[in-house]
Amino acid sequence: MSGFAALLTRDLRLAFRHGGDVANVVAFFALAVILFPFGVGPDPDLLARIAAGVLWVTALLAALLSLERLFDADFQDGSLEALSLMPVPLEIQVLAKCVAHWLTTGLPLTIIAPLLALVLHFDAAGYPALVAALLLGTPVLSLIGAIGAALTLGARRAGVLLSLLVLPLYIPVLIFGVAASEAAALGLESRPHLLLLAALLAGSLALAPWAAAAALRQALE
Amino acid sequence: MQRFANPARFMRLSAALLPWCSVAAAVLIAIGLFGALFVAPPDYQQGEAVKIMYVHVPSAWLASLVYAVMAVASAVALIWRHPLAHIAAESAAPIGAGFTFVCLASGSLWGEPMWGTWWVWDARLTSVLVLFFLYLGFIALANAFDDRTRGSRAAAILAIVGVVNLPIIKFSVDWWNTLHQKASVFRMGGPTIAGSMLWPLLVMAAGFLFLFAVLLMLRMRTALLRAKLRALRFGT
Amino acid sequence: MAGRESQKSFTGEGLACRRGERRVFKGVAFALTPGDALLLGGPNGSGKTSLLRLMAGLAQPEEGVIAWNGETIADDLAAHRARLHYIGHQDAVKPALTAAENLAFWAGMRGTDGGVTDALCRFRLDARADWPARYLSAGERKRLGLARLMASPAALWLLDEPTSSLDAEATEILLTAIAGHRRAGGCVALATHAALPVPGAQALSLADHATWRQR
Repeated sequence: MSGFAALLTRDLRLAFRHGGDVANVVAFFALAVILFPFGVGPDPDLLARIAAGVLWVTALLAALLSLERLFDADFQDGSLEALSLMPVPLEIQVLAKCVAHWLTTGLPLTIIAPLLALVLHFDAAGYPALVAALLLGTPVLSLIGAIGAALTLGARRAGVLLSLLVLPLYIPVLIFGVAASEAAALGLESRPHLLLLAALLAGSLALAPWAAAAALRQALE
Repeated sequence: MQRFANPARFMRLSAALLPWCSVAAAVLIAIGLFGALFVAPPDYQQGEAVKIMYVHVPSAWLASLVYAVMAVASAVALIWRHPLAHIAAESAAPIGAGFTFVCLASGSLWGEPMWGTWWVWDARLTSVLVLFFLYLGFIALANAFDDRTRGSRAAAILAIVGVVNLPIIKFSVDWWNTLHQKASVFRMGGPTIAGSMLWPLLVMAAGFLFLFAVLLMLRMRTALLRAKLRALRFGT
Repeated sequence: MAGRESQKSFTGEGLACRRGERRVFKGVAFALTPGDALLLGGPNGSGKTSLLRLMAGLAQPEEGVIAWNGETIADDLAAHRARLHYIGHQDAVKPALTAAENLAFWAGMRGTDGGVTDALCRFRLDARADWPARYLSAGERKRLGLARLMASPAALWLLDEPTSSLDAEATEILLTAIAGHRRAGGCVALATHAALPVPGAQALSLADHATWRQR
């Protein structure tokens, strides 16, 4: 377990020393959301109707932006090769990197989301469900994204390819996340959707580290 | 050339099988179309439009089947490192993407008269669309690396990861309230569809299966010839 | 003969390696016992790095078997990884972390935290311990990468061109470290272009085993 903690603290330390990265993700999220009132008009009812969808799609895209860097820096400077030779299983290391990624991407997005929901006139009744859904869904984005990031290491046009691979796999998270947020805003039950998100989280926790580690080993061969 | 010792056997086998499979595919599809257009009854509500089903349903079955074949070939390639398995998976991918596209397009053409809409975001359609993107992602990933073997292996992993989509496609109509109709053929308790409609459907499916076999063998033979050419030109 | 076989040994037989679609070498064999050193020589592209990676378990040989104490390493890669240090071409140094933090991380990943200051001193980096690695020179960064060897113990050292970008003094430090490691019963395999004075070392030239020769 000390290997998990060592890698997690290293990645967090690196993220904070390169402070700009976290700020970039949050800034992109905020800017992209703010574009919508300019694009579709300031009508509060219209904005409220699309608020959940807009928040989720832009959160998805913001998470996607930072995925490229998940393994790439370590791959380029030889750290990944050295990490794969450590006694700590590669699957555990992937999990540590996903946790670090979530803490520097998904979590800030979840914290900022309610503020941006204000801008979009999102119904106040939906806030708890929105935050709960983001808390459950953003880790899934990190985990599934890790598979894509590992598969595209060293590829030509890795960024675009990563989006092509990962966005279709994100669709279930998007569907249930928006459903949970909207249901609560309309006064309906959001629990079933939140439970499905929790199931997705459990499933990806089990499968994603294994798949990503296999992909990393292929990249290092 | 030692790596391709087995492929010589495959080349001989496929050369022998191709004529028969081609004939079988052509004959079965012809019979199936005849049965679909002239023997099977038109629907009392939709009229002749229901006949799209005889293209839509078999292509849907093949779309999933080809993906399963691709995933199995990928697993074999990764575990036993047989280069022929990689070639099989990469040859199957565009064929599967084609069947998926035909399924989506024919379904859309059928949906317009039947449901009044070209598209709806229900679980079945969405998961088949995801299947289409998985095929495209597989092809893109396999071709995205300068080192071709790295691309093949990465794509193989993607194929295996994407297998979770297949049960979702199959059971989506049971798990959710969808606009798409529930299973009428592959279900516990046997098919609920009338006999005169069932046999053209099965014949078309068999024809499509032979078509897949023909296309797969052709693509694999081409890939192997290309690999041989590369080996001769650039040395192994 | 019987006595030698009962010692711990690291052996490889009939090894063939393929990188991408190109076969790099065929029919390579080696045998190391505690205290042995193996110098890998050969022109660029002959597969020195590939052989070291096979030894580390980073890649699987196309043919042949690598064994530690008679047991194929592929059967228990985790145990094999725990007993080796592999220092490749790249130094795996993070510019944003200090020299000490870099080393402490690698030692922590192997579960042993104790040897960091000692390793820094041995490689003359104690004055740089609190400097972010981005301010180190190329030679200092290479030394930092090599300092991993001293920061935690391992029976097998696999080194790929360890003396490139090292000055004479640093090379001397490395050779002393290698000698100490061998005295303690460890073994070393290193790939090198330079003629390194490693006493009693076996030499393996991959130029003889290549099936593809550079023009």
